[in-house]
Amino acid sequence: MEPLIQLELSYRKLSKESSFRKELKGLLANYAGRPTPLYLARNLTQRSGGAKIYLKREDLLHGGAHKINNTLGQALLAKRMGKTRIIAETGAGQHGVATAMACATLGLRAEVYMGEEDMERQRLNVYRMKMLGARVHPVGSGSRTLKDAINEALRDWVTNVEDTYYLIGSVVGPHPYPTMVRDFQSIIGIEARRQILQSEGHLPRAAVACVGGGSNSMGLFHPFLHDLEVDLYGVEAGGEGLDRGRHAAPLCAGREGVFHGMLTYILQDANGQIQSTHSISAGLDYPGVGPEHAFLMDTRRAKYAVATDNEALEAFQVLSETEGIMPALEPAHALSYATKLAGNYRKNDAIIVNLSGRGDKDVETVAKHIPN
Amino acid sequence: MPNTSQTETAIESKLGSLRSRGQGALIAFLTGGDPDGKSFLDNATALVDGGADILEVGIPFSDPIADGPVIQGSSQRALLSGATPRGVLGLIKEISLARSVPIVVLTYYNLVLATGLERFLKTAQRSGVEGLVIPDLPVEESDSFRKTSSKHHIDTIFLAGPNTSPTRMRQIIEKSHGFVYMVSLFGVTGPRRELDPVALHSVKRVKALAKGRIPIAAGFGISRPEHVAEIIAAGADGAIVGSALVEIVAHNLEDRERTRVKLKDAVSDLKKATNPSLV
Repeated sequence: MEPLIQLELSYRKLSKESSFRKELKGLLANYAGRPTPLYLARNLTQRSGGAKIYLKREDLLHGGAHKINNTLGQALLAKRMGKTRIIAETGAGQHGVATAMACATLGLRAEVYMGEEDMERQRLNVYRMKMLGARVHPVGSGSRTLKDAINEALRDWVTNVEDTYYLIGSVVGPHPYPTMVRDFQSIIGIEARRQILQSEGHLPRAAVACVGGGSNSMGLFHPFLHDLEVDLYGVEAGGEGLDRGRHAAPLCAGREGVFHGMLTYILQDANGQIQSTHSISAGLDYPGVGPEHAFLMDTRRAKYAVATDNEALEAFQVLSETEGIMPALEPAHALSYATKLAGNYRKNDAIIVNLSGRGDKDVETVAKHIPN
Repeated sequence: MPNTSQTETAIESKLGSLRSRGQGALIAFLTGGDPDGKSFLDNATALVDGGADILEVGIPFSDPIADGPVIQGSSQRALLSGATPRGVLGLIKEISLARSVPIVVLTYYNLVLATGLERFLKTAQRSGVEGLVIPDLPVEESDSFRKTSSKHHIDTIFLAGPNTSPTRMRQIIEKSHGFVYMVSLFGVTGPRRELDPVALHSVKRVKALAKGRIPIAAGFGISRPEHVAEIIAAGADGAIVGSALVEIVAHNLEDRERTRVKLKDAVSDLKKATNPSLV
């Protein structure tokens, strides 16, 4: 608890300081490449029939995903707190890569925990992390995926708390992480809101994003929370389908529980043991979800749905072919749902999909599932 | 008065009577249902017969974040052989009927929550559980849990770390019953060759803050008789040994009789070390 209390105090203090904000703003603009475009996907819109589909192009950020928004913020915080060693967990490897990048540029040491199964299916990102100077610790315990990587990172943190900062990659874990990561990711929604008002002259009818831990969706949703006319849709990993039990959809199919320091919806058995998850996308393969999403669902401010592995694969192909953009398999879930949703709105309406990462890391996986 | 109830709890009086005889308590841990229910019962009984003053039983959780590889392994073995919270509480009941020893349960909060606070604690009480240690339940979030546990006369034992601030430490001392679980190193559970230098200092610090209001037991990385002797000499009322015993189970899976003998001998050596006049 003590390190969490210290972290909260430091975050509260530093995030208000103009020198911290200025440095982060500079890094986001000149290192990460913000603002990212809001792109009207005309071909996809035409194909879907219905509302205009806008893509928030987080895939164009340095590193290829929205993760860098958060790692720059937290790494800067860690540095100001006097920490020299950064640890992180990673699922798909995007957060690990973004951590390695932020640490390299800020002169910090990075060590990343990654499940052995994820290392296998996201090999490219393992190479990238190593080339960026990070040490990658394979995690062979439990289901050998993201939740186990978080377990190991937490064990490391309590052991080396003196010089080490734990850089969590999503809106999960104990307070203040869900709040802090949301704040750093809110830049997505802040920009998107401004951009859509510029291009359309009005707010969108819906904002859609995939939900694993839930950081890219929370970043998109948060600045729209008080715009009640904007429907918010989070799309979880339906895996092989909810009825078959192999999925990663705690909001749609889980129960309340306490895990990794948060009270939220969790995939668990009747006794409370955490269940292993399945998703074709390593980044969504997590049995819990950020507690603020649980709140948004309970209060009905946001709605949550699933897209299956196959639907995500199909969306990957559709976007690649219609727009020349290869999405990561994670946002492909959101795209799949958004193309169906578009039909519920009128042609003059707009919906925004958070294209949270690019698909290069998934090329092997997709090739395996879709011959030729 | 050691706590808000009128009388000392069973664990407190056990620790108190040992202290008055100039001894510390040996608190011996095993994971419930490891490697299976029957073997666990025999092993736990061997710990008591070897001289354990308090028995600590883990209800295995799929993701034990406070535990190192040894207890992770035992949790996996127990879960694979079908251990459930209710099943382990049933095993505890058998031990409490067969031997007169205070039993403390260690588990993670989600298992309690999934069963339901009221139902879990009621079953625990009926099984003879005297205290509960929940590493992922911080004192700040524990109000409803403590209310229910005190209703069922079960001590809530909070963990304090070497970096716990004096303010929080006072809160932990005030809200714990039975004893305060002093984590004697920075890290997770697991056997260590040497006692962490941080351990003795931590024990002295918490003892000074507790001012005799509640006993202190230290755990994490305490694996050898000499560690036990040192920690008791530093002022701890009890020493908790877990991974070193679980390792005996893990290393002798093929020979159940040998496991029991080794556990009993190990505990007997560890127990001797709690008595400074014998060391």
